[in-house]
Amino acid sequence: MSTLSLTGVSRWYGNVVAVNDISMALGPGVTGLLGPNGAGKTTLLHMMAGFLAPSRGTVTLDDEPTWRNPDVYRRLGLVSEREAVQGFLTAYEFVLASAKLHRLPDPAAAARRAIDLVELESAQDRRIGTYSKGMRQRARVAAALVHDPQVLLLDEPFNGMDPRQRLHMMQLLHTLGDAGRTILFSSHILEEVEQVSGTVQVMVAGRLAASGDFRTIRRLMTNRPHVFAVRSTNDRALAVALIAEPSVSGVELDPTGLTVRAGDYGAFTRALPRIALKQGIRVRQLVPSDESLESVFSYLVEA
Amino acid sequence: MSTVTWITARGLFGRRRFLLLLPLPLVLLGLAILCRSLGVDPGEWGPPVLVGLGLAVVLPVVALIIGTGVLGAEIDDGTVVHILTKPLPRWQIVLPKLAVAAGVTAVTVAVPLYVAGVLADSVRLGLALAFAAALGALAYSALFLALSLVTRRPVLLGLVYVLIWEGLLGNFVSGTKVLSIQQYVIALADRLAPSGLLETSVSVPVASVMTALVSVGFTVLAIDRLRSFSVAGETS
Repeated sequence: MSTLSLTGVSRWYGNVVAVNDISMALGPGVTGLLGPNGAGKTTLLHMMAGFLAPSRGTVTLDDEPTWRNPDVYRRLGLVSEREAVQGFLTAYEFVLASAKLHRLPDPAAAARRAIDLVELESAQDRRIGTYSKGMRQRARVAAALVHDPQVLLLDEPFNGMDPRQRLHMMQLLHTLGDAGRTILFSSHILEEVEQVSGTVQVMVAGRLAASGDFRTIRRLMTNRPHVFAVRSTNDRALAVALIAEPSVSGVELDPTGLTVRAGDYGAFTRALPRIALKQGIRVRQLVPSDESLESVFSYLVEA
Repeated sequence: MSTVTWITARGLFGRRRFLLLLPLPLVLLGLAILCRSLGVDPGEWGPPVLVGLGLAVVLPVVALIIGTGVLGAEIDDGTVVHILTKPLPRWQIVLPKLAVAAGVTAVTVAVPLYVAGVLADSVRLGLALAFAAALGALAYSALFLALSLVTRRPVLLGLVYVLIWEGLLGNFVSGTKVLSIQQYVIALADRLAPSGLLETSVSVPVASVMTALVSVGFTVLAIDRLRSFSVAGETS
């Protein structure tokens, strides 16, 4: 069991503050680090992984600083966001090289176990250069897991993965978390982390904006007001029918169509087809018009 | 062979920029053979080919391509993270990489220089040139390896050093020769095989001490810089 602690950590580049006074302690289990692009997630992860010195504050792994201390990598694994692998190696060679660099007693067995864990054995003898993005990601996870670290940090691990791979990766992270490992992954897509249990840390503009149980934050997320742009064969009739719906809090009619404000995402999207069918109106377009991450996150911050 | 050495060597030979190494030594070799077969007086073609091309261009440029490639290329494409996230003391990363860089440079440059030296004068001159070039390869490699950790543009800075400092200023401001690896190599080669073909301006003790200082100093600098290596955040 290892604990990664951050105390009053800030990092600035010149006049730009990338990470602003963040304190947290990460223990065993899966933690999600969420935030829009540019919130400072990667900077924070790099400081955790010892790739960047905090301008102020301390980052410690079991009371040892991670900066300028290569020994922490015995207990810490990092999967960086940048998809950088030596494409001329096969996955097995790549993971084996990692195992050897860790000076593991039986590198070949460790490499095979790690490749097994990410289900890459069927492709392990192909050059990584020929892999798909998701496979490459798994090869990198295998390399980071080869020494069975207590702490695993993943920067945007679900980028470029299809839903099945994402689910599998999530299961893998949870298996590791349940086994007492400390797992932290970052993501800027809220929907990506739906299956996550445990805690999340939400970062906005360099600050820790929310922190706590995922379900609480998830409820805040789904219950926030949503704005949709709707176009149909009879906008006016649809507007009349929609305003009677409890989940709809406002309808605006303009020449291009309807702007509908819904209080509850799920209830509205279920109600719309039913109403349209009943009224005999054909819906031509339904576009969520306020799904930008920044608005979701700023809503979270206000809540 | 250590894993770092293996990955470095595979990275070096696996990239296309390795092919850039071939033309220069071949030109050196070709010119030497041509001059010899045409019966030109070695006193005339020796200095421009051996020094002007071999020691002033081929050695530093080959060292530049390899020295900035062993670590700089990995920093550029981000694969360096894989090596850095290992519990290795940083000297165990720098020294194998330096060994690969210096070794490959030495072999690539020393062989054609040896042949050219034999054709120009004697086996003794050939051996002296090859040996001095190997020492120079070590000094240059240490310099360029450290450069790839100090700046984001190691190739550009390295070229400025080789072309402007050693190549241009060395001709006009004689004082700059004291800080020129090229001059150390010439001095050492001339000491090992006095032939009248090599013109020295730095004394042998200075050359020996400075070569050692440059090699050790820049290696220590590289290890220290790698210890506090920061990975810049990718903007996506």
